[in-house]
This record gives sequence, C-alpha cells and structure tokens, in this order.
Amino acid sequence: MSKLNSKIPAGPLDKKWSDYKSHVKLVNPANKRSLDIIVVGSGLAGSSAAASLAELGYSVKVFCFQDSPRRAHSIAAQGGINAAKNYKNDGDSVYRLFYDTIKGGDYRAREANVYRLAEVSANIIDQCVAQGVPFAREYGGLLDNRSFGGTQVQRTFYAAGQTGQQLLLGAYSALSKEIAKGNVQMYSRHEMMDVVIVDGKARGIIARNLVTGQIERHAAHAVLLCSGGYGNVFFLSTNAMGSNVSAAWKAYKRGAFFGNPCFTQIHPTCIPVSGDHQSKLTLMSESLRNDGRIWVPKKIEDAIAIREGKKTGNDIPEEDRDYYLERRYPAFGNLVPRDVASRAAKERCDAGFGVNATGQAVFLDFAYNLKYKYGKTEATKKGILNPTEQQLYELGKEVVKEKYGNLFDMYMQITGENPYEVPMKIYPAVHYTMGGLWVDYNLMTTVPGLYALGEANFSDHGANRLGASALMQGLADGYFVIPYTIGDYLADEIRTGKISANLPEFELAEKEVKETITRFIHNKGTKPVDYFHKRLGKVMWDKCGMARNEKGLKEAIEEIKQIREDFWKDVRIPGSYTEFNPELDKAGRVADFLELGELMCIDALHRNESCGGHFREEYQTEDGEALRDDKNFAYVAAWEYKGPDQAPQLHKEELVYENIKLVQRSYK
Amino acid sequence: MSNSAFIKTSLARKYWMAASGLFLIIFLTQHFTINFLSVISPDAFNTASHFMGTNPIVQFILQPILLAGVLFHFIMGFVLEIQNRKARPHKYAYNSPAANSSWMSRNMIITGVMILLFLALHFYDFWIHEINVKYIQGDMSGLNNSGNYRYYEELVAKFVDPIRVAIYVLSFVFLALHLLHGFQSAFQSLGARHPKYTPVIVKLGNLFAVFIPLGFIVIALYHHFGH
Amino acid sequence: MKLTLKIWRQKNAKEQGKLVDYIVDHISPDMSFLEMLDVLNESLVEKGEEPIAFDHDCREGICGMCSLYINGRPHGPQTGVTTCQLHMRSFKDGDTIYIEPWRAAAFPIIKDLVVDRSAFDRIIQAGGYISVNTGAAQDANAIPIPKPDADKAFAAATCIGCGACVAACKNASAMLFVSAKVSQLALLPQGKVEAKDRVLNMVKQMDEEGFGNCTNTGACAVECPKEISLDNIARMNREYLKATINNDK
Ligand SMILES: Cc1cc2nc3c(=O)[nH]c(=O)nc-3n(C[C@H](O)[C@H](O)[C@H](O)COP(=O)(O)OP(=O)(O)OC[C@H]3O[C@@H](n4cnc5c(N)ncnc54)[C@H](O)[C@@H]3O)c2cc1C
Ligand code: HEM
Ligand code: HEM
Ligand code: SF4
Ligand code: F3S
Ligand code: FES
Repeated sequence: MSKLNSKIPAGPLDKKWSDYKSHVKLVNPANKRSLDIIVVGSGLAGSSAAASLAELGYSVKVFCFQDSPRRAHSIAAQGGINAAKNYKNDGDSVYRLFYDTIKGGDYRAREANVYRLAEVSANIIDQCVAQGVPFAREYGGLLDNRSFGGTQVQRTFYAAGQTGQQLLLGAYSALSKEIAKGNVQMYSRHEMMDVVIVDGKARGIIARNLVTGQIERHAAHAVLLCSGGYGNVFFLSTNAMGSNVSAAWKAYKRGAFFGNPCFTQIHPTCIPVSGDHQSKLTLMSESLRNDGRIWVPKKIEDAIAIREGKKTGNDIPEEDRDYYLERRYPAFGNLVPRDVASRAAKERCDAGFGVNATGQAVFLDFAYNLKYKYGKTEATKKGILNPTEQQLYELGKEVVKEKYGNLFDMYMQITGENPYEVPMKIYPAVHYTMGGLWVDYNLMTTVPGLYALGEANFSDHGANRLGASALMQGLADGYFVIPYTIGDYLADEIRTGKISANLPEFELAEKEVKETITRFIHNKGTKPVDYFHKRLGKVMWDKCGMARNEKGLKEAIEEIKQIREDFWKDVRIPGSYTEFNPELDKAGRVADFLELGELMCIDALHRNESCGGHFREEYQTEDGEALRDDKNFAYVAAWEYKGPDQAPQLHKEELVYENIKLVQRSYK
Repeated sequence: MSNSAFIKTSLARKYWMAASGLFLIIFLTQHFTINFLSVISPDAFNTASHFMGTNPIVQFILQPILLAGVLFHFIMGFVLEIQNRKARPHKYAYNSPAANSSWMSRNMIITGVMILLFLALHFYDFWIHEINVKYIQGDMSGLNNSGNYRYYEELVAKFVDPIRVAIYVLSFVFLALHLLHGFQSAFQSLGARHPKYTPVIVKLGNLFAVFIPLGFIVIALYHHFGH
Repeated sequence: MKLTLKIWRQKNAKEQGKLVDYIVDHISPDMSFLEMLDVLNESLVEKGEEPIAFDHDCREGICGMCSLYINGRPHGPQTGVTTCQLHMRSFKDGDTIYIEPWRAAAFPIIKDLVVDRSAFDRIIQAGGYISVNTGAAQDANAIPIPKPDADKAFAAATCIGCGACVAACKNASAMLFVSAKVSQLALLPQGKVEAKDRVLNMVKQMDEEGFGNCTNTGACAVECPKEISLDNIARMNREYLKATINNDK
C-alpha cells in the first residue's frame, strides 16, 4: 500500500501556516514569466487562483466550458460566505471557525487544512471588498453579518441572496484585469478532455474547442483543476446543467487518488421534483428554516387526500399536524443541520406521509410565524389592539415579503403556487460533494504538478459541509493558498524550460480523446444521452443517496455496470465532431459519471459507519441518528485507479486529531 | 484621447444630439412666441418680426447658429440611424417592441424626417422669401407697397391654401410625437436623472410636446379660417 | 398542451438560417421553457435529427447563460425573469411560439439559438475592475460605505451579463450592461480612483465591438431579467461627461 503523504507542516496548529509561508521555496519574478500554469475552471477557485498567479508573474491559461468565465457555477451560491472577522464582537475567532467546521464535518476533515482555512478567511473579505464586491452593509456603512446553521456566532457575510454571484464577479474582474494585461489567456467554451502526464508529472492538458470541435494540446509546468463538484451524477441536483466530474475523473484515471467519493451533501430545502420532465432542482435558501415550520400530516388518510388533491395543507387542523423536527429535536427544532433535516424528511415520506403527487415532499409552512410572530409584532407597533386574522396576515405578509420576497417569487415562478397562502412543499436534493480529488497540504494531488482546488478537491469539509463554507474554501484555495504552495513545486522547475506539446505523451493522449469522440459519433445507437443519465441518477438516488445499505449498494454497482454497457451500445449522438455539438459534450460527461457512480457506491459500501452526509442504515443509534465509528473509520478514503474493469485500490490517510476531541454530534 | 472621446464615441454623439435637440427646443419656444403674436396682435407680430428680421445679431449670429443646429441635428440623426441599423443587420422575424418601448421612442427618425420635409416646405414658404427680399433684392425696410409692415399679411397669405395648412397641421403632429420622446430623452442623454426631478422633467416635456405643437396648429388654423 | 414552435435553425455562423416548424405535444404547464425544448430535443435525437442548440447552464436565473427571443421578446413574455425561469403555464394550448437567437452584429450566431457574447467579456477587460492585487487589501471595514450607495452598487452589480438588453434594444446597444458595471464601481469609494479611465475605456471598447447607440428607448430596462435601472445609463452618461471634460490626458 503506497503511503499518502499529506505534507502537513510540523509545529503547533496555529503556527503551521505562518511557519510554512516563511520557509516555502520561492520563484524569482524573472523565472515566473517562463513558467506556464494551466487552470481548468473559472469558478471561485479557478478565477481567484488564475488572477493571483498571474499577478505574481506566472503565465496562465484558463479554461472553462461556459461561454464566459463569469458563468461558472459558483455564480449560483445564495446564502453567504463565512469569515472569522468577529466584527460582531460575539466571540468569534479563528479557532471557533476551525472548530465549527471540523465538528460540522462530523470529524472527517484534516485539522491543519481547516485551521489554515479559518486563518485566511478574514483576508478573503478584505480582498473582496477592495475589488468592489457590494456586500450588505448596516446603516453605519460597515459590513453586516447573518448567522447560518451549525454555528452560534454571526460570521456570514452576504450580498442579498446572491453572494456567490457577487464574489464570482469580483474574482472574474480580477481575472479580466489579468487577461487585459496579457498575463492570462482565456479559453472559454473549451472542455478539458484529459491531463497529460510526462515522466510522472502533470505537463498539460488536451482540450476541445466546443465551438469548432478542434482538439488542442496545451503544455504547462503545472495544472490546476478547479472544475467544481460532481453532484450531477444524480442527474437531478441543484448544480448547473453543465457541472461535471470529467476533469477530475480524467485526473483520477491518470493516477490522482479520489478522496471520499461517497460524501455527498443533500440539502433539505429544495423545490420537489414535479415530474419526469424535470431537468434540475432549485434550492430554497437555508435561511427559510428560520421562519418556516416543517410538517407532514399526522394521519395517513390526510396525506393521501392531499396527494390526491382532495385536501390542501390548509385543510389540516393544527392538532393533526406532525411538526416532526420540533418533535424529534426539541433543542434545535427546524434548525438542525442539513444532513439531519434531510434524513428526517425522507423518513416521513418513506413512511407514507409525503404531501405532493409523487409522495416526495413535506410542508414548509410560514403561516404561523407570518401571523403570530410578525403579524402580531407589527400590529402592536401600529397600536392595533385586537387584530383580526386577516389583519395579522396582511401585516405579517409585508415583513415576510421583505425578508424572503425573492425566494417566494422564485418558488411561485416554478411551482405556480403562492407560498404566502399555501405552505411551500420542499424535499431534499443533492447539493454539494465533499468528496473529490485527494490533495495534500499544498493542494497537490498524488500526481506531481497536478493540483485540485475548490469543490473539486476532497475538501476541508469532512463528511458534511456547513453553510457558507464552500465559497470560503474556494477563495481561500485560490487567493491565499495556492500562490504560496505552488512555489514549493515550481521552484524546482525553473530549469525545465518550455514544455513541448509535441511530446509523444501529448500525441497519445490526443489520439485517445479523438478515438472516444469518434466512437460516440459513429455509435449506431437509438437513445439520447439523457436517457442513460436519468437511469444512472435514479439508481444513485435510490441506493447511494440520503440513506444507503449494503444490499442496495451492491445492487447499485451491478446496475451501474449494466447502464454503462447499455450506454456504450445504444447512445446516439447526432451531428459531427467538427462543429458545435452540445449532445457530444454531454455524452463525454455522462460516460465519466457512469464510472464515478460505481466508485461512489464502492466507497459507500466500504465505509461501515454513518457520518455526516453518509448514512448507512445498518449504522444508526436506536433513535435513528448517525453512528460514527472513529476507531475504524477516522480516515480519508483515497482511491487509486487500477485500470478499466479493475477494482480500485483503497489508500487510507489516517486523520490525527491533536487539538480537538472527537465526540458524538447531538442536536436534541 | 479626451478630444476624440468628446467627438467620436457613441456617448459623445448622444451629448451633441441632446444639446442640439435642446437648442432646437429653445428655438421652438421663441419661434412659437413670436408667431403666436400673429394671433393676438398683428402689430406686435409685425414689430417683432421686423426686429428679428433686421437685427444684425439675430441675422448674422443667431440665424447661422440655428441653421447649423438644424443641419447638425438631422445629419446626426441620420448618422445614428445608419449606425444603429448596422448594429442589427439581421432583423427579428417576429418582434413585439410595443411590449417594452413607446412608438415615439422607436421612430424618432420617422418623425424627424417628417419634420425635415416640413422644414423644406417651410423654408421655401418663408425663409427663402425673406432671404430673397432682404439680401438679394436688398429691401431691408420690411414694408409693403402700401407702406405697412409686410410680415403679417404675407403670413396670412400662406395659410389660404387648405392643402398647405393640412400639411402644416400634420407636421405639427409629428413634431409633437418627436418631442414626446425627445424632450425627456435629451436630459437622460446628458445624465440629468434624479428620482425627484426626472418625473417633473417628464411631465414638463409632455406638456411642452403637446401644447407647443398644438399652439402652432392653432396659429395655422386661425389664419386659415379666421380671415 | 400542444404547441407549434417556429425555431431559428442555423448550422453555423457562415450559413444561412431559417425558421423551422416543430410540433410538440403533451407539454405540462409545470415544465420550464427549456425543459420543453429538452423534450423536443430528445425526440429529435431519437429520430436521428440534430437537436436544437441553445445556451443554458444554471437554470435558475443567475448564470446569464440562457437567452432566446421568444415571441418577439427577450426571455419571453414575463418581465423580471430569464428564459430558464419561464414556465409553460405562461402559454396556452395551441399557441404558436417563435424562438429566435439574440440578434446583434456584436453577437454573431454560433449555431441555431447560440450566440457569441464574448464582446461583453472584452468590455469588462477594458476596465470593468478595480486594480487591486491579491493580498494588497486593507481591512474590509476601513472604508465605511453609506448604505444607500452600497445598495445602489449592489443593484447594479446584479447584472448577469445575459445580453437581453442588447437583444431588446432596437439599436442593439449595450448601454445597460456597460452602465451597470460602470455604475457599480463608480458608486463605491474603492472604484472612484480609476473611474475616469474606466468609463472612457469601456465605452471605447463597447463602440469597437459594434453595438449601436442608445436613443433612450428604455426597452432594455423593461426586458432586463434583473431589472437593472435606466438610472445606471444616466449615471454612466454623467461619468463619461465628467471624464471627457475633466481629463488631462
Ligand atoms: C445552488 C447552490 C447554492 C450554494 N450556496 C452556497 C452558499 O451560500 N455558500 C457557500 O459557501 N457555498 C454554496 N454553494 C456551494 C458553492 O457554490 C460551490 O461549492 C463553489 O462555488 C464551487 O466553486 P468552484 O470554483 O470549486 O467550482 P465551480 O464554480 O463549479 O466552477 C467550475 C469551473 O470548472 C469549469 N469546468 C468544469 N469541468 C470542466 C472541464 N472538463 N473542462 C473545462 N472546464 C471545466 C467550469 O466551466 C467552471 O468554470 C452552493 C452551491 C449551489 C449549487
Ligand atoms: C425643431 C425641430 C426638432 C426638435 C426640437 C428636435 C428635438 C429633438 C430632441 C430633444 C431629441 C432628443 C435628443 C436625445 O435624446 O439626446 C431629438 C432626437 C432626435 N431627432 Fe430631433 N428634433 C428636431 C428635428 C429633427 C429633424 C429635422 C430630424 C431629422 C431627421 C430629427 C431627428 C432626430 C432623431 C433621429 C433623434 C433620435 C436621436 C437620439 O435620441 O439620440 N430631429 N430631437
Ligand atoms: C404655424 C406655425 C409657424 C409659422 C407661422 C412660422 C413662421 C415662420 C416665419 C414667418 C419664418 C421666417 C422668419 C425669418 O426668416 O425671419 C419662419 C422661419 C423658420 N421657421 Fe417657422 N413657423 C411656424 C412653425 C415652425 C415650426 C413648427 C418649426 C420647426 C419645426 C419652424 C422652423 C422654422 C425655421 C428653422 C425657420 C428659419 C429660421 C431663421 O432662419 O430665421 N417653424 N417661420
Ligand atoms: S443589464 Fe440586464 S439584460 Fe443586460 S446583460 Fe445585464 S442582466 Fe442581462
Ligand atoms: S433599449 Fe436601447 S436605446 Fe438605450 S435605453 Fe436601452 S440601450
Ligand atoms: S440558465 Fe442560468 S440564467 Fe438561465
């Protein structure tokens, strides 16, 4: 078993990063010019890394599949970004952010990385504000904060419900500045098809120009994968349609280990699936759980009547409603962490209490707080002594509108129902993947010169990510970590000289890419790509989703193999490969999902414990909570590719907790 | 750079367009005032016309500026139109512009060309005649054969022909349409926009755009029917 | 629902395109507009025909990737939403729907309904940023910003770069997009330092890309899915005027 070297610097936790920075190898400015770096992805991680590295003087090339780097999926993040600024004077600190993140991740993340993340978090906010990111402010002109799940302090910076957008546009502007200066060459509508490894080091990529179909070779001294998460393996998720695993998967197949692939975050409050036509799921921000109460009917006949359209939520009297989160978790109530809330919803729906036609939805009801919390307060403020129900409703509605208006509008747009009048229907959906390429402290994968940043790496979030931490991690990686850590590797590359794209390795990789593409185009199949993607998604969701068990996972592995076989036999790609052909792009991505899905199931099957987002039904406490097994599973599972149709090999990075004591999470 | 920025860019074109438009609005106000005198008092009209027609400042400074302004405004109008057409070489097969903008705002070139045609006629009617009498024949007296000021009766004479009156009236409708968009647009072009003042400007503009052309119509009809 | 679609098909930038009729049936009112196109595309693939190319990614109205000129209006009949947020309940059984790409010289067609909006990127590269390198920032609370300014800057910054403003404008002018960025940065103290060069350079680039001149028709603001206000265009006009008059270069 090869050893995984996480390269964590020695020394006390709070000195590791500063010591590292003072001793890391540097590259002098003259040499930086002649070092080429490829960045795949222009999300928060990619744009921030590319801009920062270009500022330092490296020659950078950036790739993204969208038509502009500004459209990377980071744009969709709503809630906010954490930072240990302690502007609220509420006792926040680097340590507290570090602690919350480790605990929220159910003790499956690396201490040193998470501490560093918490340390640089404050710089991120400074940087963004300097770039002109218009964060929300208070009347005094200073920055405002809100609170998020899993924490007791207010440390989340936000820009209405569009924080990701504003942060990404900030990073995009920094990137644009460097493009204008000629330090970055931007390749939009380009998809990375493979990484090229020369003498064991990452030396470039094969990319496809999605407009012309041209296959291109790009050589560099280092390759950074910032290609985002792989939630779309489930077909339906809150991810953008194009989000994919391909870049990371190609790296995996070229020798980079894949860390904790089965760690998936299922977000509890999303708009439920309404039919077979659905192409994606929409998140309703976590903040709604502050004022919305989650319930299903107590009586099964009511649930059936609602499903059949004979009753609505409003017809169910108070005493016949089961506010199951408040019932099960009196201390946290509707505000339990995401994984807990999601599983509880599934449990009720599986028991037959679901409230939409598909039986897969629960109510998120604002009526109570609208009338009795906000309506009453407003009435009191206005001096209305005995307000009628109608008055309470009118008054409360105004307040709710101000707080959540845009979300309510979005909901109305999608479902056609008015959440001011009827309770929202929500259901958990795949949202984020904690798993990803295994990286060391330098963010380097097991392939020298190949790095992974942002959601694409196996991340600092352990088995469950806290809200508002992904944005923080992506920007930390890009702005403040990689500019230092990459020097450690590149300092030894200054004498290498320009990498030639004519090396036989490039030729071979290009040939393989072309073969796959040709195979797609000439395949005499009958079914569109989505047909297979949907089948895969269903298996993944049913058997490797919110709850998993040995039997299901074993079946899933077989089923996925079957779908994969059918896919290659029966997929049909119209058009040619020398033109803009989105169906062809999709086919390549789904082919990789079909392989990844299997690895996820293998990983989920091997992890005989429940932790965070990974819930194995065999491992739960008596009252249905996740049961961790720290003795046997306090490690990162890093999988090594062994060739087609070969079982992947497991490597373990033991997680050593020197500063935090492992305890069972409880939200009761 | 600042020089070319002030002349050749899209925003500069807009400033000049707005400036010339506003200038024409001022002229129009003045022109309306004098011409409306013809309805109230022929004598006052005659006096004013004579003053305007013979005062060297008006004749040799203001008039050329005005003509230059008119010239500039409509030439720039055409330039903008040509550029804007080039910016969308392929038209939509199906378009519903009425859903998002007013007819006036979209058809400034049409209303502008109608005004231009009117001006051609109008110049032929009045201005050419004036130039001819004053500078070619050299008669600066402003008097007719019977020794009275000639302006009023010449004016009245022009409005005898119903076809000409009809053309005038129609043109003034186009002028109204042009101004309904143009007035407030000029302020926007110059960046003068404010939550408090802009609604006032818009209202004022609408009043101006309706009442000034209406006033011109009154003048035309008054002289046609009134004598 | 059964619908007749008249969709612009064009093989690539060079070839001529035309409207082609398609009939789609069994469309649920709960579908999004793009899901309706997905259904059509799946059936086309099954028949061995080329599916209709259209841009999309997030499908929740934030990435700005989706476009489509639907029945004569960008992002379809509703205001304040993108095409991906439009649902079929906005249409009636039996409707005929025209679907065309954004049309502007500066947005050449790539294929079918997909256009090249890289002109927007180049405009941003001309100056739509604040020149601050990573690590050079002072504490975020060092400069207080009046809340009204911050709110206005935010409102301008919500532009998703979709290009509907250009598509809607009879002159194919990019004023709303450019002015949103100019405004955002001009309203913030951090952005004031470079304000003059920024507006001059961005407008210059905008002109070079071949967008038309704004004649204040206001269609852009009506159709903008993020409801970016015409205030921004006025602000840019002011900024530009200031920059040209008061410029020592
Ligand atoms: C709806 C939603 C809401 C969220 N809200 C929050 C929140 O409030 N707070 C929070 O902290 N986190 C939130 N998250 C999570 C967070 O947004 C993401 O984890 C994070 O933005 C990922 O950033 P990234 O840079 O790693 O990847 P992305 O932003 O996904 O970027 C991926 C990039 O890689 C490129 N790419 C991918 N594959 C290829 C390829 N093969 N070739 C070329 N280019 C490729 C893409 O073009 C893109 O540019 C949310 C996520 C979702 C889905
Ligand atoms: C006395 C007559 C006229 C007046 C008072 C007038 C006034 C105006 C005003 C105020 C504007 C708005 C400018 C702006 O938005 O910045 C305008 C625009 C315009 N005018 Fe005129 N105009 C007159 C004659 C003409 C003529 C003869 C033409 C000939 C073609 C013309 C063509 C246009 C066009 C095309 C525009 C739109 C350009 C734009 O808004 O930027 N106008 N006019
Ligand atoms: C019933 C309405 C009008 C009457 C009676 C009228 C009358 C006149 C007269 C008598 C003159 C000659 C003045 C001179 O040259 O000394 C004149 C000139 C002129 N008129 Fe009018 N006018 C009318 C409407 C308009 C309108 C609506 C416009 C503009 C759109 C206009 C534009 C001009 C211009 C540009 C000149 C030339 C000015 C100069 O060079 O002095 N007129 N008009
Ligand atoms: S201003 Fe509005 S319409 Fe124009 S690109 Fe931005 S969001 Fe789209
Ligand atoms: S629609 Fe066009 S004309 Fe100006 S106000 Fe908007 S850019
Ligand atoms: S697909 Fe992202 S805005 Fe429509």
